[in-house]
Amino acid sequence: MSTPPRPPAGDWPGDLDPAWSRTVESPDAEGTLRRWHLLDTHAARPPAEVAALPTLLCVHGNPTWSYLWRRLLATCPEGWRVIAPDQLGMGFSEPAAGDLDSPRRMAQRVEDLTRLTGTLGLSGPVVAVGHDWGGPVVSGWATRHRELLRGLVLANTALHQDPAVTFSGLIRLARTPALLETVCVRTPTFVHGAAALSRPPLPRAVRAGLLRPYRSPADRGRIGQFVADVPLERDHPTRAELDRVAEAVRELDVPALLLRGPRDPVFTEAHLRDLMARLPQADVHRWEGASHLVTEDRPEYAGTVWAWVAERVDREPAPRRAQPPGPEGVAAADAEPGAAAADGSPRPPWWRQSARADDPATAVVEVASGRTISFAELEADVTAVARGLLSLGVRPGQRVATLVPPGIDLTVLVYACWRIGAVIVVADAGLGLRPLARALRGAGPDVVVGIPAALAATRAMRVPGRRVVAGELAPRLRRALRVEQDLAGLRAAGRRSDADLEAVRRSALDAHGDADCAVLFTSGATGPSKGVVYRLSQLAAQLEVLRETMGFGEHDRFVAAFAPFALYGPALGVPASVPDMDVTAPGTLTAATLADAVSRLGATVVFASPAALASVVRTADELTPGQRQALAGVRRLMSAGAPVPVSLLRRLTGLVPAAELHTPYGMTEALPLTDITLTELEEVGTGDGVCVGRPRPGVELRVRPLPRTPGEPDGDPVTTPGTTGELEVTAAHVKDRYDRLWATQHAATPEPRWHRTGDVGHLDADGRVWVEGRRVHVVHTADGPVTPVGIEQRVETLDAVRQACVAGVGPAGTQQVVVVVVPEEGTPRTPPAPPELAAAVRELAGVPVAAVLCVPALPVDIRHQSKIDRTAVSRWAATVLAGGRAGALVPRRPRLRLRGRRR
Amino acid sequence: MTGASGMLGGAVARALVARGDEVTVLQRRPASVEGVRERRGDVRDAAAVAAAVAGQDAVVHLAAKVNVVGPWQEYAATNVDGTRNVVVACRRHRVGRLVHVSSPSVAHAGHALVGVPAEPADPQRARGPYARSKAMAERVALAAADPGRLAVAVLRPHLVWGPGDTQLVARIVARARRGRLPLLGHGAAMMDTTYVDNAAEAVVAAVDRAHVASGEPLVVSNGEPRMISEILAGMCAAAGVPRPQRRVPAGLAVAAGSVVEGAVALRRRLGHDVESDPPITRFLAEQLSTAHWFDQRRTRELLDWRPRVPLDEGFRRLAAWYAEHPDA
Repeated sequence: MSTPPRPPAGDWPGDLDPAWSRTVESPDAEGTLRRWHLLDTHAARPPAEVAALPTLLCVHGNPTWSYLWRRLLATCPEGWRVIAPDQLGMGFSEPAAGDLDSPRRMAQRVEDLTRLTGTLGLSGPVVAVGHDWGGPVVSGWATRHRELLRGLVLANTALHQDPAVTFSGLIRLARTPALLETVCVRTPTFVHGAAALSRPPLPRAVRAGLLRPYRSPADRGRIGQFVADVPLERDHPTRAELDRVAEAVRELDVPALLLRGPRDPVFTEAHLRDLMARLPQADVHRWEGASHLVTEDRPEYAGTVWAWVAERVDREPAPRRAQPPGPEGVAAADAEPGAAAADGSPRPPWWRQSARADDPATAVVEVASGRTISFAELEADVTAVARGLLSLGVRPGQRVATLVPPGIDLTVLVYACWRIGAVIVVADAGLGLRPLARALRGAGPDVVVGIPAALAATRAMRVPGRRVVAGELAPRLRRALRVEQDLAGLRAAGRRSDADLEAVRRSALDAHGDADCAVLFTSGATGPSKGVVYRLSQLAAQLEVLRETMGFGEHDRFVAAFAPFALYGPALGVPASVPDMDVTAPGTLTAATLADAVSRLGATVVFASPAALASVVRTADELTPGQRQALAGVRRLMSAGAPVPVSLLRRLTGLVPAAELHTPYGMTEALPLTDITLTELEEVGTGDGVCVGRPRPGVELRVRPLPRTPGEPDGDPVTTPGTTGELEVTAAHVKDRYDRLWATQHAATPEPRWHRTGDVGHLDADGRVWVEGRRVHVVHTADGPVTPVGIEQRVETLDAVRQACVAGVGPAGTQQVVVVVVPEEGTPRTPPAPPELAAAVRELAGVPVAAVLCVPALPVDIRHQSKIDRTAVSRWAATVLAGGRAGALVPRRPRLRLRGRRR
Repeated sequence: MTGASGMLGGAVARALVARGDEVTVLQRRPASVEGVRERRGDVRDAAAVAAAVAGQDAVVHLAAKVNVVGPWQEYAATNVDGTRNVVVACRRHRVGRLVHVSSPSVAHAGHALVGVPAEPADPQRARGPYARSKAMAERVALAAADPGRLAVAVLRPHLVWGPGDTQLVARIVARARRGRLPLLGHGAAMMDTTYVDNAAEAVVAAVDRAHVASGEPLVVSNGEPRMISEILAGMCAAAGVPRPQRRVPAGLAVAAGSVVEGAVALRRRLGHDVESDPPITRFLAEQLSTAHWFDQRRTRELLDWRPRVPLDEGFRRLAAWYAEHPDA
């Protein structure tokens, strides 16, 4: 047996406090005393003195070592202890029996760890933490220490590997007998490869720290053993133990946290979904863009773990309470105020649709195809498709991604999903192709229903889930895209079935009659698009607020030219017309197409995004007298999704003379929150920001003051007029949570059911809300925070300026305000604005402006075509103003167009 | 005070006199500041420095050789040895406060500086003999800080300009007048500058707050970075000359600067006496084409000072001065 490397005296990784290093003699699984090396926040204290402290027990995987957990030790709060052993033969722990041919097995490692915690005398509440193959080991330990266990945290790992499914090609390759020795032992290929997975690439010092114990072939022998112990084969000796642990974790009733870096070639989304099924109580956080070494790629994981521990983990000293909180206890703790009535039978959100099940009146008009469907036909079709979905094997709680353009098919599909308790994932092609792929992979749909183009794209984008096609597809393509069924087939199957839909649906409801029903996505204008989960109670509340905000009465009919609302017509109990446009490309709505959609239904209410309305105004000349007359029947026009310039609204009044113009304010997470009419907008005049009106009934809104210096804590929330800060809201229709983004949800939730909007603004003396921009776009100058929208509005009053954007350059706290403008005429050759324009901008800005730059166009989000990506503008301005070469500000992005069928 | 004959030195001396301080200046040439006691001498002369320093409450050390090129020995003698002479004299004569005026170039390795605090002086990486010698001088000054005995405040005023400026403004105006002032790149690099009165008040503040600000360098500027094209345009407009329009690619200018520097070095090695500064150097080209502006928060906090003359007011004052001096 080779001599184990000792913890090196010198050459110790710089970011690892040597005071954490502890050596412990403890028997291994075979009873032989082994010298363990571990990191311990309390290494200076005798083990007996600290054995009862609440403890994080952190187990690394392969080929890493306890170094992986250093950030958890560094951020360990008072009253807690973190211990992170090096597994025997790994890091600086002595090897136990085993070689490449008969490697140390997982069962032995679980026993090794059990004996170690026994030697240490661990008797306090323990949260078990594992990464990679440390996950199965620590989970095995957890299932054998239920009396100590208070929580389980697993990062990029798996407990179950379906032997029928090809496992990671990388591991399989490394496991090839011919390669195992070369890749893992003789050469450092495996350790280097593992370190190279990191995104962004690891800093040199961290890489050196990770590889520190694995410099010689002798040291690396143990790595090879680990690889050899991965149970890829059905008859692998470790499979039985892994299966035992995988089943036993189902019994764990402690809180669990699953962390994941999605760019992991070894542990996949399927492994995560498997873990979520085994630990249904688990909170999940996926760090988009992070890799297998999620603890390195996202140093903030340590803060997330501690925040989660503080919120979820019960740290009562062992032995625990006689009556552990069962699943009911957990559910009760999770129950939110504002949930549905406790009688267990709240009305579902679509009750208005159901109530018109026999109504022959038109429910949905699809202008592009000329199709219409009555409420009665809709009910029949929804029922058929719902039963068809059941016969396909779709179950309550499963997720169905709907990649179908707004119209009758999508409406039927969505209501059918809801009828069986499935969760719709409303993927919006307006996100752009790549963000859409990320969003869908993150949401992990069980079924994808899409038009052929969408199915082709999702196949290429490795989106999971069974496939159903909406539309026609040649058999050859069906096979290539692995399509199992089409909508017509679902309908036919459903008509042959008499399944009790309501019984199925109810099986998915919680004690409050509530369940997840939809995952929507944020526009991604300020970072990766986030999944937003709504439950039935929240959707029902949203529909009520919408009805009330739109002022729907018995005889109203509406045109939905704004993506999610195209679906809501039947549930609002109102006939809806879907115009001939690409809802994800608002510019495709013209005055004529809008007028046609209005006249097809005699619509009285129009709902559209500002970009769509801008396009309508631009194309108003094309209107025929008949179309003008149709528009004259509109009594209310709603614009939402982004701020609407008053000038645009004024021009619209010429087209819809009888209409009251409303601009509600809200976001994917909560919509609508406030509302204001054009009349009121004109009364209040200009101010610092965009006035979005007063909160709707049931909406509470407050302002959390920004710190003067970034990084310092925010102030306490206020409702006093004039204070600028982040807007926080609560309402029954606020989202349930961000999807698989526990840390994001935690950070966005100052207290239960409240939502931090990410917008900054203030209240005025009349209780109206003024939005001053996005919080991430606030410029932190040496004289305090500066919000962008007020400045932009003032600058845009200049005739020479078409559009303005406030950017910040320099480090937060000493940033300079830069104004980037799109001139009304002429594209300047170089970014610096002409002196006269710069002077005029400075005159109006109201704050010191360091530079005024000109561009031909500003980058906007794809969905609304109106939210300026000020972060991108700031980045560009920073390059220009540092004297660097900056390319074009607005790059081209690939996107998937979902267009309805045309006549 | 040393260096009172320059624009900033003169302004500091006048400000000190105006508030009633007794001011002695050590000068090679007459300083032409009313109300000060003049001692003729050179900072390279340790005895002369010691004689001037003896008996003072505070010393403001501004004297330096400021050109862009020239033999290293001259920079070292004036800037490094001169500073050492001042420091030694302060300690010997138990002067409690020293304000050493340095330059942001001591920590500038040629890349863009964007809102940065004052980094430590780095003689190895500083560009050109002036910056290198000032970096060494700053280290000498900071090393002399001794709590309770000698407080050493180090200020690095950035691009000081104002009416009557013979260095920066006069050269820019002269070139613009001849149509020989190009913009490097887009002229969009942001540059912080310091109006002379603000810099002078910062130095005076440092005299009073040396005990608070001792031991760390502080960059002093208006805290109003602007694109270099705007700064040049502002100065040209004040002087009534056309603003620069011609553009030269920044990379080309840096390359040209390198060539010119090489040519000067070669001529010197061949025994030619090269006295005047060349039209462009690599250092200058980098200075004019990359951003340099600074985080002013700590400076303002430690000195309890804020610039009172904003950039635009400075341009107005410059314009008024040119109106009064049509021949300048």
